[in-house]
Amino acid sequence: MSTARSRLALAFAGTAIAALALAGCASNDPLSGDSTGDAGTTESSTIVIGSQQYYSNEIIAEIYAQALEGAGFTVERNFNIGQRDLYMPSIEDGSIDLFPEYTGNLLQFFDKDTTATQPDDVYAALKDALPDGLTVLDQSPATDQDSYNVTAAFAKEHSLKSIADLANVDGVVLGGAPELETRPYGPTGLKDLYGVTVSFSATADTTVDELVAGNIQLADVYSADPLIKTKDLVTLEDPKGLFLASNVVPLVNADIADEIADVINPVSAKLTPEGLIALNVESTEDQRSSEDIAKDWLADNGLD
Amino acid sequence: MSWVLDNLDLIWSLAVDHLRQSAIAVVAGFVIAVPIGWLAFRYTTLRGTVLTIVGLLYTIPSFAMFFLLTAVFGIPALSETNLIVALAVYAVAIMTRSVADGLTSVDEVTRSAAVAVGFGAWRRFWTVDFPLAGPVILAGLRVTAMSTISLATVGALIGVQNLGYLFTNGSQRRIVAEVFAGVVAVVVIAVLIDFALVLLGRVLMPWSRRTVTPRMNRMQAAHA
Amino acid sequence: MNLFLDAFAWIFSPDRLAGSLTLPTAIAQHLAFTFGSVAIAAIIAIPLGWLIGHTGRGREIAVFLSGAARALPALGLVVLLVMLAGVNLKTEAAVTAFVVLAIPSILAGAYSGIEAIDRTVIDAGRAMGMTEWQILFRIEMPLGLSLLFGGLRSATLQVVATVTIAAYVGLGGLGFFLIQGLQTSDFTEVLGAAIVVVALALVLDGIFALLARFAVPRTTGPRIRRRPTEPAAVPVLQTSP
Repeated sequence: MSTARSRLALAFAGTAIAALALAGCASNDPLSGDSTGDAGTTESSTIVIGSQQYYSNEIIAEIYAQALEGAGFTVERNFNIGQRDLYMPSIEDGSIDLFPEYTGNLLQFFDKDTTATQPDDVYAALKDALPDGLTVLDQSPATDQDSYNVTAAFAKEHSLKSIADLANVDGVVLGGAPELETRPYGPTGLKDLYGVTVSFSATADTTVDELVAGNIQLADVYSADPLIKTKDLVTLEDPKGLFLASNVVPLVNADIADEIADVINPVSAKLTPEGLIALNVESTEDQRSSEDIAKDWLADNGLD
Repeated sequence: MSWVLDNLDLIWSLAVDHLRQSAIAVVAGFVIAVPIGWLAFRYTTLRGTVLTIVGLLYTIPSFAMFFLLTAVFGIPALSETNLIVALAVYAVAIMTRSVADGLTSVDEVTRSAAVAVGFGAWRRFWTVDFPLAGPVILAGLRVTAMSTISLATVGALIGVQNLGYLFTNGSQRRIVAEVFAGVVAVVVIAVLIDFALVLLGRVLMPWSRRTVTPRMNRMQAAHA
Repeated sequence: MNLFLDAFAWIFSPDRLAGSLTLPTAIAQHLAFTFGSVAIAAIIAIPLGWLIGHTGRGREIAVFLSGAARALPALGLVVLLVMLAGVNLKTEAAVTAFVVLAIPSILAGAYSGIEAIDRTVIDAGRAMGMTEWQILFRIEMPLGLSLLFGGLRSATLQVVATVTIAAYVGLGGLGFFLIQGLQTSDFTEVLGAAIVVVALALVLDGIFALLARFAVPRTTGPRIRRRPTEPAAVPVLQTSP
């Protein structure tokens, strides 16, 4: 009997020690989203950087992180968070300090009915639309926005140059992420603005593959996606401004904005549209990690 | 293959997070399941209800469970806490039945002997019933641990950082090696934990090695 | 409560009958994937399980494979197979993943169903001069049906849960609304879809519970020893008491 008891006690003790060890060497918790946790101001020396669940956004976040570390800040990474509803409150209350964002999409998040479409207008409107506590630093020339693409062959066959030309084509199936269906620039926007009727298929990560295979005719692809070049896709022009310009822009907690502006703004300035695509190529084709890509990019641009 | 070698530290840190989340869920599930299982065993009128309820909990698909928890308990949907609570619920569902069955499987003669010798209820539970129910409970614990470790990957869909990240990230970047590495990592960890639990069982319950094997059971049954 | 009211309103709103994926279609897709995959898995696993249970050979391998397959992450398997198969074989790849995940439970149900039978009954059959096939069909199958159904039940529930997750690769089904709602921060859509998924699972579970009642052959006395014979067999299945 006592053997069983002492063994049991031994087991509990062992488990407890193992648990503590595990907790100790565990990396930082991803954001819990609790407003009760980590509220208030962060220490000025630790900057918490978040990123979306998007590999390209993670690269940019990693670049910002390493730039700040190079400048002497302590950085905590909270990557892969998800969508805006979750991390917005955390940025406002200071659990996250910096988040790489995209001007157009962010503006639509705060102001669904905005009419701004050109980059500078969008940036200005964004600055107004942000709630107190949040601000944005300088926007980058690099863009990564939704765009409608077709295969080169399809474009040739139907003489397509702009989205408006699609009105002459029947049976067009649009593919993209599931939420595209409800977005203002989705099927409804196509109908309202260009008079183009499409049916929708949620193709998510396989969108380009489906387009190339011919299962869909029109695809929503991010403009910084390297597949546009490698698969020879044609991006249809958007004269009526269905899509807002979406430049990379750092979204920051207003309290620490001044502190990190001197580090972050030069970084944003050096990021070009072609440069961003090149970074994405390194991630998808060369399969390099965000860390390595960021390190090399900062070195190449003299920012480390 | 080269992707795996280049990203070993990423896989490692994700694995550590993964284990931590799973361990908390399994331990919590175990701790909660023991008293509930005991209730189901002790009060036979409750047994049916309790087992039905936990059975129903187990029926709830994982991806849906997260949002039900948010709606009912207000846990933020996209948080690690939500994942761990959901995993713990499934752990309780599996373990409760194991605990109840394990306690039921204890030989009535042994239990009567303990009573005759003069053990009080508390002492009897911890020194007789529980240890003897050990093998069955351990079997349930092994199943729970394996299920939890593989189920935790669904957390990637709610943005929780663990080995499931390798699936969503690999899917986005179209890197097969990354997704494959994730699958292998999860299976390897689950199998390792399973071995660890078996070893733990051998250490804690040396007498259990002498329990009947299936073959012996058939012979016993034939002579019953 | 407000959240649930909104969710129910979402479920029954006429908008659900419009759009790229209507709610009825999603439910139909979900059920089709589930039944199709479980059927295929059953065709593979039941004969195999009966063979293992009847001859007693290959049991250790079967137990080990069942256990290891339990460790397979559903999301990872689906994503992996779909990526390997390419977009044109997306459905086939996903179904393969569902089948792989369903086989262990059905296999375990089949062989433990036979193992749980009192050996004396089988010996009696042999003594009566029954051939092995007759023993299988007249004794082992009927008596093992209840545990087999338990295995089918847990396999079905597992596939329902996995099909929900498979929406991530654009397969349709009810998971589509979960993912769409998550990305648009529409918790009403998410909760509504979650409720429908749970309802679906509960209904299927209930159907199996009813079937289990009818699966047990009528006899006059206790037929199957209820003592847990092999600890591993017990937790694998979620049979009702």
